[in-house]
Amino acid sequence: MAASTELATRPPEKGDSRPTNGRLAILRNAWRALTSMRTALILLFLLALAALPGALLPQRSLNQQLVDQYFTDHPTIAPLLSHLGFFDVFAAPWFAAIYLLLMVSLVGCVLPRTIEHAKGLRAAPVATPRNLARLPHHATATLDVPPEEAAERVRGRLRGWRKTETETENGTGRTISAEKGYLREVGNLLFHLSLIGLLVGFAAGKLYGYEGQVIVMSGGGQFCNTGILGYDSFQAGLRVDGTKLTPFCVQVNNFDATYEPDGQPESYRAALGYQTAEDLQTGRVNQWRPYELAVNHPLRLDGSRVYLLGNGYAPQFTVTFPNGQQRTGEIQWKPVDQGTMLSEGATKFEPPGVTNEQQRRSSQLAITGLLAPTSSRGTVVTSVFPALDDPEVAIDVYRGDLGLDDGRGQSIFEVDQGQIDSGQLKRVERTNLVPGQSVTLDDGTSVRFDSVQKWVSLQVSHDPGQDAVLVFAVLMLVGLGLSLSIRRRRFWARLIPTADGTRTVVEIGGLARTDRAGYGEEFDRIRVALLGSPHGADSSGADSSGVDSSGVDSSGVDSSGVDSRGEDLPGGDSGRDTSHSDSSPGDNSGADGSVTAAKDG
Amino acid sequence: MLSEFALYSDRLFMAAVCVYVLAMVLHGAEYAVQRSAKAVLVGAGGPALDAEPDEPRPGVPATRSRSERFGRMGVALVVLGAVLQAASIVTRGLAAQRWPLGNMYEFTSAICLAAIVAWLVVLRRSPASRPVGLFVLLPVVILLFLGGTVLYAPAAPVMPALQSYWLVVHVTTVSIASGLLMVPGVASLLFLLRRSGRLGGLADKLPSADALDRLAYRITIVAFPLYTFAIMAGAIWAEAAWGRFWGWDPKETVAFVAWVIYAAYLHARATAGWRNGPAAWVNVAGFAAVIFNLFFINMVVSGLHSYAGLG
Repeated sequence: MAASTELATRPPEKGDSRPTNGRLAILRNAWRALTSMRTALILLFLLALAALPGALLPQRSLNQQLVDQYFTDHPTIAPLLSHLGFFDVFAAPWFAAIYLLLMVSLVGCVLPRTIEHAKGLRAAPVATPRNLARLPHHATATLDVPPEEAAERVRGRLRGWRKTETETENGTGRTISAEKGYLREVGNLLFHLSLIGLLVGFAAGKLYGYEGQVIVMSGGGQFCNTGILGYDSFQAGLRVDGTKLTPFCVQVNNFDATYEPDGQPESYRAALGYQTAEDLQTGRVNQWRPYELAVNHPLRLDGSRVYLLGNGYAPQFTVTFPNGQQRTGEIQWKPVDQGTMLSEGATKFEPPGVTNEQQRRSSQLAITGLLAPTSSRGTVVTSVFPALDDPEVAIDVYRGDLGLDDGRGQSIFEVDQGQIDSGQLKRVERTNLVPGQSVTLDDGTSVRFDSVQKWVSLQVSHDPGQDAVLVFAVLMLVGLGLSLSIRRRRFWARLIPTADGTRTVVEIGGLARTDRAGYGEEFDRIRVALLGSPHGADSSGADSSGVDSSGVDSSGVDSSGVDSRGEDLPGGDSGRDTSHSDSSPGDNSGADGSVTAAKDG
Repeated sequence: MLSEFALYSDRLFMAAVCVYVLAMVLHGAEYAVQRSAKAVLVGAGGPALDAEPDEPRPGVPATRSRSERFGRMGVALVVLGAVLQAASIVTRGLAAQRWPLGNMYEFTSAICLAAIVAWLVVLRRSPASRPVGLFVLLPVVILLFLGGTVLYAPAAPVMPALQSYWLVVHVTTVSIASGLLMVPGVASLLFLLRRSGRLGGLADKLPSADALDRLAYRITIVAFPLYTFAIMAGAIWAEAAWGRFWGWDPKETVAFVAWVIYAAYLHARATAGWRNGPAAWVNVAGFAAVIFNLFFINMVVSGLHSYAGLG
């Protein structure tokens, strides 16, 4: 492939046409190889194989912690796997290479076949083979009607088929060729073309979509989708720079979680107010439209969706400093046990009114520890139920330098362990508190546990491609259904009048153009309708059993080798040369190739 | 009242498993009887034997061999088992007051019922393939045993993420499709075994390799669109529940892998040189991926689909 690309970019040498032809041949062969069914098959296998590590190894896009854990557990192999992209399988170049090649192969197959089929739709059914007895389905009978009436009978039975009639060579009789099931190939092409459309939609979403997560306090907390900075985390599409987000605002009025007696969550509901981009533009900023946000019930706004992803508790502490000044802190703590909603976190305070940098740095406060929404009420606080029935906190109070000014990012859920280890942050108190209780520190500072507020984790998703993906997915399904359920089959009748002209010898033959088509039963019905007897006067051996007793198609199409070239859904139904079909190199016989085979074979 | 339904459901489940095991024994006898008859024929050559043909011909029901009688009894028990199992699933839904597809136990049960029903439909259209029944029952009984022991979860409500009508659409179709795909998986495996000649005497009783192959293909082309629909329904649900329609969650990824393998199977069927043996291997690999997705991904790998109800 690489060689042919190189050749293709090189200008043809002037004067000598033979090497150019040779190169063209190489190019053509490379293209044929790429668009051949075998290559497509191998690429499909590679695609399946390449996707597997995405399920078996932790993926950065899904869970960074699990990847870190893997690095800890497998220190030797993890860096190598990481280098090869095994923790980002679906963004890895080798994965992209496989699906892009598959797409090229698919386009190279489907487009020519679409043109081919469009032509085939206008063409007349192929002429009647000379020897109908060689077809897998065949019967002959002499009817007691003149040829015209017999022909009318055949035409009537073949209503809905594409038909053409010709005189026989010696002019004594006529033949009728019919074909049905063109929708099979339509479905096949629709499926594959829609697949391309789906992938384009998918790619558009990856380019122009974004996802952002933000934690909002219940009881009036607000969030506006105005820029990346409003979010706690943000995953931008490749062409998203964070400007031009559709503006809208939400306000979380109330969050309510209900639980089964055993602690299993029953429902999560957040009562929202929201303002659309239009509301904001027209200045209606004091009105909030109500919405009940729930799991499986996102808020859909101007192409963006707001989801309720998670929830938790935020304890509120009030610190009264010795000089009488008060500071109230309320920040989310994170649940560490989803079953009981036992939460941990750190609420940090700056001393008020301290201008001396040194003094300020030595008197920062942090309250860390555990919050039990329904406390066990033991000396060691644990949570026994996820609802906020009887909250209690078990806290450590630290004083000193929190290390907030050293420029490094710091988790909002914990204090910097390095500051504790270096002695710059000292624990000055350890106690359990219920709401309303307070503890007084050695310097007279009082810490009161006021109450607990709920918070919700919201996700904003924007994917401009997803509507197209849905439409193409539905079309794929329609195409798949058509191509797997419809049978492409051919039918021929030759009508020869007897010597006196009052009776007609009717010879019929049938050929399924699709793999395991089950044409036998239908052919038998036609035969009975046309020739009368349930077992045709001279029916061929292949389907003499009448009704297919095995239930599976025993028409013998496959075993007879008559129609064995690329006939089924993914294959060509005409045995064409380049497409996803498996015709042998010399087979350029075109649409009637299979019939030729039938006659020869 | 509700707990009574739960109890009925569990009892019916156990009864169904027992009936299936019994059906397996009878299907086994279908083979054993025939083989012993042969052995006698070959060994002693003398004692009065029923002069019945080993291969009962369709259309000659008057002289049913003992082997066939066992087979028919086996089928009758499979029907009974399916009725019991369906009743178990219905009472489970009544007990939990929700659609009975909320955890691995219920899901496994539904898959097995789908496989059994698919098998019975095949059998109705093609009675000659009856001896395959033993090999359809084998994975069903194993799965149900695992379902009733390792995966069992008492009837209970489901978490908020699962409270959606998409559960009905997605999980029902995915379990029906998985169950349907079990039959082609078995048929393709038998096809391969038969071709390799490893089945020995058992092979005489089975349908021809060609018939097995066609059986596999016919069910796959029904199950594959359904599986495709199930994945799409899952994507629609994921868009409403998780904020994106596709996120390469492990379960999604392996579903994609299985889908690609089945797509490869359909393509292989239309490619010279791949049509028979290799295509059957691909079909077996496809079912292996479905089973792998059902068990390994839910039980070992953590992801968004981890609500198996396994403590």
